[in-house]
Amino acid sequence: MAQKDASVFAAGGSDLELVGISKVFPGFTAVDNISLKIPAGSFFALLGPSGCGKTTTLRLISGLEEPTAGKILIGGKDITNTKPHQRTVNTVFQSYALFPHMTILENVAFGLKQRKMKNAIELAHEALALVELDHMASRKPSQLSGGQQQRVALARAVVNRPALLLLDEPLGALDLKLRRQMQIELKAIQSEVGLTFLHVTHDQEEAMTMADTVAVMNKGKIEQMGAPAELYELPKTRFVATFLGQSNLFDGKVTGATASTISVAVGSRTLELPAKRSAITSGDITVGVRPEKIAITRAKPAASKSRSLIGPGTVTDASFSGVSTQYLVDVPGLSTMTVFEQNDGDIVKAGTEVWLSWDSEFSFGIPLEAQGFHDSDTSTTTLAAQAK
Amino acid sequence: MKFGKLLLPLYGVLALIYLMVPIAYTIMFSFNDSKRTNIIWNGFTFNNWLNVCDAQGVCQAFANSIIIATVSTIVATVLGTAIAIALVRYKFKGRAATTLLLFMPMATPEVVLGAGLAAQFLNAGMPKGMLTVILAHIMFCISFVVVTVRARVAGLDPKLEEAGRDLYANPSQVWWKVTFPLLLPGIVAGALLAFALSFDDFIITNFNRGPVDTLPSFIYTAASRGIPAEANVLASAVFLLAIAGVVTAQVGGAIRRKKLGITP
Amino acid sequence: MAIGAFSHGPTGTVVSAESQKKSRVAWFLLLPGIVYLLLFFLTPLFSLVLTSFKTAPPAAFIGEYVYAFRWENYVEVLGMYGEHSLRSFTYAAIATLIALAIGYPLAYFIGVRLRPYPLLQSLALVLVIAPFFISFLLRTVAWKQLLADQGWIVGTMKAFAILPPDAHITGTSISVIFGLAYNFIPFMTLPLYTSIERLDLRLIEASNDLYANPMTTFRKVTIPLTLPGIVSGTLLTFIPAAGDYVNASANFLGSTQTSMIGNVIESNFLVLQNYPHAASMSLILMGAILVLVSAYVFKSGTDDLL
Repeated sequence: MAQKDASVFAAGGSDLELVGISKVFPGFTAVDNISLKIPAGSFFALLGPSGCGKTTTLRLISGLEEPTAGKILIGGKDITNTKPHQRTVNTVFQSYALFPHMTILENVAFGLKQRKMKNAIELAHEALALVELDHMASRKPSQLSGGQQQRVALARAVVNRPALLLLDEPLGALDLKLRRQMQIELKAIQSEVGLTFLHVTHDQEEAMTMADTVAVMNKGKIEQMGAPAELYELPKTRFVATFLGQSNLFDGKVTGATASTISVAVGSRTLELPAKRSAITSGDITVGVRPEKIAITRAKPAASKSRSLIGPGTVTDASFSGVSTQYLVDVPGLSTMTVFEQNDGDIVKAGTEVWLSWDSEFSFGIPLEAQGFHDSDTSTTTLAAQAK
Repeated sequence: MKFGKLLLPLYGVLALIYLMVPIAYTIMFSFNDSKRTNIIWNGFTFNNWLNVCDAQGVCQAFANSIIIATVSTIVATVLGTAIAIALVRYKFKGRAATTLLLFMPMATPEVVLGAGLAAQFLNAGMPKGMLTVILAHIMFCISFVVVTVRARVAGLDPKLEEAGRDLYANPSQVWWKVTFPLLLPGIVAGALLAFALSFDDFIITNFNRGPVDTLPSFIYTAASRGIPAEANVLASAVFLLAIAGVVTAQVGGAIRRKKLGITP
Repeated sequence: MAIGAFSHGPTGTVVSAESQKKSRVAWFLLLPGIVYLLLFFLTPLFSLVLTSFKTAPPAAFIGEYVYAFRWENYVEVLGMYGEHSLRSFTYAAIATLIALAIGYPLAYFIGVRLRPYPLLQSLALVLVIAPFFISFLLRTVAWKQLLADQGWIVGTMKAFAILPPDAHITGTSISVIFGLAYNFIPFMTLPLYTSIERLDLRLIEASNDLYANPMTTFRKVTIPLTLPGIVSGTLLTFIPAAGDYVNASANFLGSTQTSMIGNVIESNFLVLQNYPHAASMSLILMGAILVLVSAYVFKSGTDDLL
């Protein structure tokens, strides 16, 4: 099987297609009818909280779990019923899973040797050179630091030139500084080898900086998929709006809609937003705006058709963080609002009465949902225990 | 340093010396130029070591012990390792009963195990001999192998085997290249424990040996008329060999860890 | 005992083909060993039960018994060997306490004080397990000879009037208990070491920091944290000690005055060939140990032994 598909390995990655894939464990559904297509050579990130089903999705693709329903296609070929060792897919495990009884070189050459490649050792050295660890080739994994082990795990997977490389939170165990550095290296290696990368993470910053396309997963489903900026600027669900960065959200009712503008009643106020930026045009709606889009002023700004205005409110907290200051503003009748201001002027002190305004073009409309579901514990073990 | 701080090390060292006293005595008396009994020190000699088989029956008993311990160890290690893997890695019905069945032989006094087997062989009309001793030894070794290997299996990250599968190894390659080498230290430890238990067992053996002598049963029988120094020689030889092996492994391991700068 | 020491994963309604396959693999791995234990551990216990009710037919040869339901065997052995039973459990209990008194400080010394010196620690551990590598019968004989009336230990003690001139050590309860304690110290020390080795010393510092004196710290922190080791160590000592018959036999450290249950079972089975009495005595010993051990394990609250 492996030899037969040798051509697949030589290529620069292949398309991955999931068709209606589901995985049901006794008592709960980990992956719920997911369909997606990842084009060859792209860097795709699956982002979500722990227990959202992203790791299970990865294990389904690698063959370590069998799907309950659906099909998996790589390069257009159905591989749903093949075993992991028959798939041209490799994984960089979260805990690295380096074989402790083998040297670094033996680890990296393992997959090549299983496929009976003649120049296994030579290729393994090349892969180690790629991650700048060839001088460690004869050491055992326990003699390496966490960051080095991570790079060996990457080399061990990349050396096989798989059609698809799966990364299961590969940077999760590293400290912040090393993680940022590895993110850059990983991205560089991806563009150098040109493989298709599928990266699973719960770190939204990591997903946005590294991936071409991000899919946000929640409770076994994909909530939204797109380029990082697109997801951030125009979230389609409450989950995406709150999980990917912060949002100020106002629940209301649509009171009027034209072709270009939707008017929403939020308490006694009316907010307007562009129709093309709203997922719904009638009934219950949640209007949102990102904290950095809001301007904070002591005086009431002049009314303008194109700007949304809220106030007056009272600053309850101002936390300085270098480039910006985060304000919490209590507005009567609304929940506490979060505002990020660049530190280019004076800092407003707590207790000050302020007005908040923003360009209505930045507002977005999403379906109104029951609140607080994001806070509920969605970890796999808890779900399993509840199922019991 | 305060006197109080020294109290515990002193106590510990004294306890270790206390443990060593009869061992040193046994080894010393393997060099005793004894006549018929090996009770009074008669002067130093190598004769016992050089002519170890001179005492009637002692070498036969030793050979029997080796055969019994070897066969029992192999069988118990295979059976016990399989159980240990199943216990850690699989869910199955009857787990509680299985765990209890494995625990019970360790919680039952040897005299009861020995008498029970002897009663069973008697009721079944099976003559006692080498075979009955081996059957008995396998039984009490299994649980100890399971306990030892189980700890190792539990410490084995399943992700390593998944990595093997992910890297194009089929199930049998995963077992031989990943799982087995990683479990090996545990399996070896279990086997060594089984061998030591079998080799030194007297009580269960005595109930089931019939006319067959093992080294312990030879010593027990000889105790009434005087144990020949050759028995001390054989026991001392096994002891020195085992200690040499263990010390090499321990010290070697410690030095290697130190070199690598790994704190265990 | 060991029940409850296992964890159940989630059980639900969906049973995949994969999990059925896995369960078949599990049984393939388990079955040979389990069948073996059923045949050579459980069935023998059943044989003991059958044998314990056997009776001698009229005009029987020595050792000839037939199946019956002669429960009087139990009454007889309890009448004849009540003293031996009491002695067994007393000796075993005292020996266990002595072994604990020697083993705990020893394990603490190796596990905590020698922690900064891995090489010394390894060597000390080798010394603890060293007795396993040399016949325990020979070690017991060695003590017999060291403690003999004409030996230097007794001689010295008499010279300093610690012992009266006509006293013996061998052949007394004291030497039997001494021998039992000695023989099982490694069985006591190893599980203790395993627990103590894992002891987080920061917890002891925390306790000291929170105004506990060393004694209170030991009682409230060290002991509870090493309790699993104490429980398994005492069981591994008490159970074999209660059934031992080597130390108490006249050729080793005992005399006819120190016979324990093990000696009774051995002589009834192998010498007198009174199998029913040997079997009923064995079952009484096993029953008593099961009751004691269950009560002990229940009271100490550790069920994670295996």
